[in-house]
Amino acid sequence: MNVIALSPWSLALAAVLVLALALLSLRLRLKIAQEIIVAAVRTTVQLLLVGLVLKAVFANVHLGWVALIGCVMLLIAGREVIARQRHAYTGVWGFGVSTFSMFVSSFSVTLLALTVLIGTTPWYEPQYAIPLLGMMLGNTMSGVALALDRLTQTAWYQRAQIEARLLLGQTWAESVSDMRRDAVRVGLIPTVNAMAAAGVVSLPGMMTGQILAGSPPLEAVKYQILVMFLITACTGLGTLMAVWLGARRLFDERERLRLDRLRPD
Amino acid sequence: MRDTQHAVTLPTNTLLNLHARLRVEDLVSHGLGPVSLSLGAGECVCLSGPSGAGKTLLLRAIADLDPHTGQVLLDGVECQRLRAHEWRRRVAMLPAESQWWWPTVGEHFLHADAALVESLGFERGVMAWQVSRLSSGERQRLALLRMLAHQPQVLLLDEVSANLDQENVRRVEALIGAYRAEHNAAVLWVSHDAEQIARISTRHYMLADGKLVNP
Repeated sequence: MNVIALSPWSLALAAVLVLALALLSLRLRLKIAQEIIVAAVRTTVQLLLVGLVLKAVFANVHLGWVALIGCVMLLIAGREVIARQRHAYTGVWGFGVSTFSMFVSSFSVTLLALTVLIGTTPWYEPQYAIPLLGMMLGNTMSGVALALDRLTQTAWYQRAQIEARLLLGQTWAESVSDMRRDAVRVGLIPTVNAMAAAGVVSLPGMMTGQILAGSPPLEAVKYQILVMFLITACTGLGTLMAVWLGARRLFDERERLRLDRLRPD
Repeated sequence: MRDTQHAVTLPTNTLLNLHARLRVEDLVSHGLGPVSLSLGAGECVCLSGPSGAGKTLLLRAIADLDPHTGQVLLDGVECQRLRAHEWRRRVAMLPAESQWWWPTVGEHFLHADAALVESLGFERGVMAWQVSRLSSGERQRLALLRMLAHQPQVLLLDEVSANLDQENVRRVEALIGAYRAEHNAAVLWVSHDAEQIARISTRHYMLADGKLVNP
């Protein structure tokens, strides 16, 4: 394990590249300069904070701390899912649907990985549990966000078609069956692309990190394969659940399409 | 959530007596309702009125497509006692603009009566036609056939012949008249065409200021 420690200067130089991109986008009037800077600052602060938290948690292995961090990650992921939806659900439903779907899928898949596939001792060993849960949540979050966005936008713009199908006596599920399938497909595209391109187009982040940290490449590869399979299963399960629950919420108990449950443009 | 425990099976093609008393919740501010209306079996009641009077909203509420207060009964059975999709199979509505979601016509039909297809001026091969190549008038006539294939007891028609030429208007009128006679179905037909109303209606109402009035 011969990790070359990064100096603050190296990080500062990398930050200059981001700053240069922000200045360029300002010059080209891309209206994204401010977002680039804010996101870069968020990345730095959030990762530094999480580094400090992980250092403390690794030093004091306790299920309560792991569970607390897992819950905070879940709640933030739930918020991120609805933050960029064009027609988000009103009230707590958008947050509730996405958070519940991610909770069931991410926590169950992570639990399976820890207890059966990896077999850590104790099973909640934070060095494994937190990064694994983070990868599950991060990818499922993208899948759920994309799928719900597609579902709600399709419902918004194809209202007449959905209602025509209801008027022919179709159930709510039949009337949006194509749209649900399409939403799940869209939600799974990034994960399937990542699997298809892994090792050929890109070296996945976790594997790269392990190799940079000095792990033998084949060990890193085995972990990466495991993680990618888990991510795919987790994203699939979370996206399916979110789309089913989200689609049900588009209709009331009399199977009427209720677009008033979505935020307008 | 679902009202399965109250679901009942209705006898088909029995004497129809629909007593509709509707109050469409989200149109109170627009002045629709309370509306009371009854349609007997085999009747064709026409509904006219200025744009924005709430004619479509009234049909949507009867089809249970919009939240409403009040009661809608079919053969004495309240709408809420049937599952929503079962209600809409019996009380069918055809909007002014038809909708299609599969590439070919036939994919939208559970079954199609060849005689009915021909009565609307189509050849038998129409089921293989691409929907994208149909004119709006052809789509509307085929949408009517698609709805009748489910054999509804009540037809709610929202200006269904407004975009058709005279020959096809007559075909549609004849088909609905024949269906009404054969199935003893009740028809509530929104139309602006005074001559058509005179031809087809057994009763005629106007919807003005959210209230039904005799013209």
